[in-house]
Amino acid sequence: MRPAASVPFWLPAVTLWQRELIRFWREKARVLGIVGSPLLFWLLIGSGYGNLGFFFPGALVLTVMFSAVFSTMSLIEDRREGFLLSMLASPAPRSSMVLGKILGSTTLAGLQGLIFLCFLPMTGRRPSGPQALAAIGVIFLIAFAFTTLGFLLAWRMESSQGFHAVINLFLVPLWLISGALFPMAGAHGWVRWLMRLNPVTYAVAALRRALDPQAGGGTPGMAASLTVVAVCAILLFSAASAVAGRKGTRSLA
Amino acid sequence: MIVSVENLTHRYGSRTALSQVSFAVCEGEIFGLLGPNGGGKSTLFRILATMMEPSAGAVRVAGFDLERQPAEVRKRIGVVFQSQSLDRKLTVEENLRAQGHLYGLAGAALARRIDRVTRRLGLADRRRDLVETLSGGLRRRVEIAKGLLHDPPVLLMDEPSTGLDPAARRELWQYIRELRDSQGITVLLTTHMLDEADRCDRLLLLHEGRTVAEGSPAELKARVGGDVVMLEVGDLEVMRERLEARLGVRATAVNGALRVEIGNGHRFITEVVEAFPGAIQSVALHKPTLEDVFLDETGALIG
Repeated sequence: MRPAASVPFWLPAVTLWQRELIRFWREKARVLGIVGSPLLFWLLIGSGYGNLGFFFPGALVLTVMFSAVFSTMSLIEDRREGFLLSMLASPAPRSSMVLGKILGSTTLAGLQGLIFLCFLPMTGRRPSGPQALAAIGVIFLIAFAFTTLGFLLAWRMESSQGFHAVINLFLVPLWLISGALFPMAGAHGWVRWLMRLNPVTYAVAALRRALDPQAGGGTPGMAASLTVVAVCAILLFSAASAVAGRKGTRSLA
Repeated sequence: MIVSVENLTHRYGSRTALSQVSFAVCEGEIFGLLGPNGGGKSTLFRILATMMEPSAGAVRVAGFDLERQPAEVRKRIGVVFQSQSLDRKLTVEENLRAQGHLYGLAGAALARRIDRVTRRLGLADRRRDLVETLSGGLRRRVEIAKGLLHDPPVLLMDEPSTGLDPAARRELWQYIRELRDSQGITVLLTTHMLDEADRCDRLLLLHEGRTVAEGSPAELKARVGGDVVMLEVGDLEVMRERLEARLGVRATAVNGALRVEIGNGHRFITEVVEAFPGAIQSVALHKPTLEDVFLDETGALIG
């Protein structure tokens, strides 16, 4: 009658992570989308264009970015369907719940990135074992960072329309000047500065370096790229936990 | 006192939703917050469910301060929201398991509790069903099962009968009584329905964010005293004045009829029918209800 034990940190995280995967698996359209979209991309682009090597990392980052950010729309759904209410009424630590939600979407976005990665040989390059492993690690790190960003955007949003607007206005331009379409070395004055300040540049660079350590064109180094992406991920996650854990005189859900 | 609320005040911007509300709930009691929609019940519920902090005042649940130790309070309350809070894409059992994990329950202990709570709520053969395939009444039961899973000493329910047909409503109240009798659980619920309020041990009447009255349904009704007579007449205002002039009786216009509180209802009816032949279209007499109590205190109706 007197429950007193504290909730262990990992338990809510694991259960919410599982929940995301179960929900994903039960919606076959989503399963189809995650497998089908990289497949379609390579069927259409891969067979009609010769030199895809340069665009590969950028295209993969774009895929992961969309997948990660859009899957956090499930938070808007949770709020609308009321599931968020019962999460927030529970004694589970908020950061643990945030982590579970984010890891769920990260897993799905990362999987999509992996499927995309399987098409690398179509660009004429075969990565070595360590290169492939490094690329997989980078993909999941990028997926985590973008998912966390999506979580922050989705936290207070009531509708998915606003969400789409933010992505088109904010994320797509960041991707355009991330070195995904043209190398930093070829950019002029202020654009190059923007590229240098743009965190997405480092996500693309980390992946490019993982697949091709000798990448040129002014691509930032691996250590610097990983550091920037990891620091961004940590900062975003702290912000997400803080926002979700904030107390207030306004109802949470 | 398992729940105590002191001088609770809440403002949304410049609008005051709750003003200096105080009450206490004893262990094992079914305590109802009764009032019209917009009267402050939902605000009070959200505060008690730790969904938001009050602008001022103090709440203690099972010995813990709601503002300083929300996690301790959360472990000791089961919350059944008015709106649905289940994941429709998961089965009943998956929903309960996730709920258990959020409350720190796992493994065999959790499995035993899921067994017990699904059996008690008659959900044992529905455990593997997806929530989206269940009827409204069954979903409500799953919501309650979710709220009871961690054996909370206090169960909070927001408008528990919403969306239930009369049979499901009766069943629900049977569960609530059983819980109270067999486990000594304290139930705190909000309602705007008179029949539901009548079933509570004690009530707090809320109107425009303020306490109107507090007591058991019987005590509250005794305040009105005597009988209530409703008269349907042609012109309310004219008849009201004539009643006062000729019989010295005060009447108020309510819902298109005249309402009279009177010690001896049947005698008054004979009197009034004889005094105004042909002027009265219908007469009804009833013992005071909670609606009468509310009307007396506020001049407004609940429903």
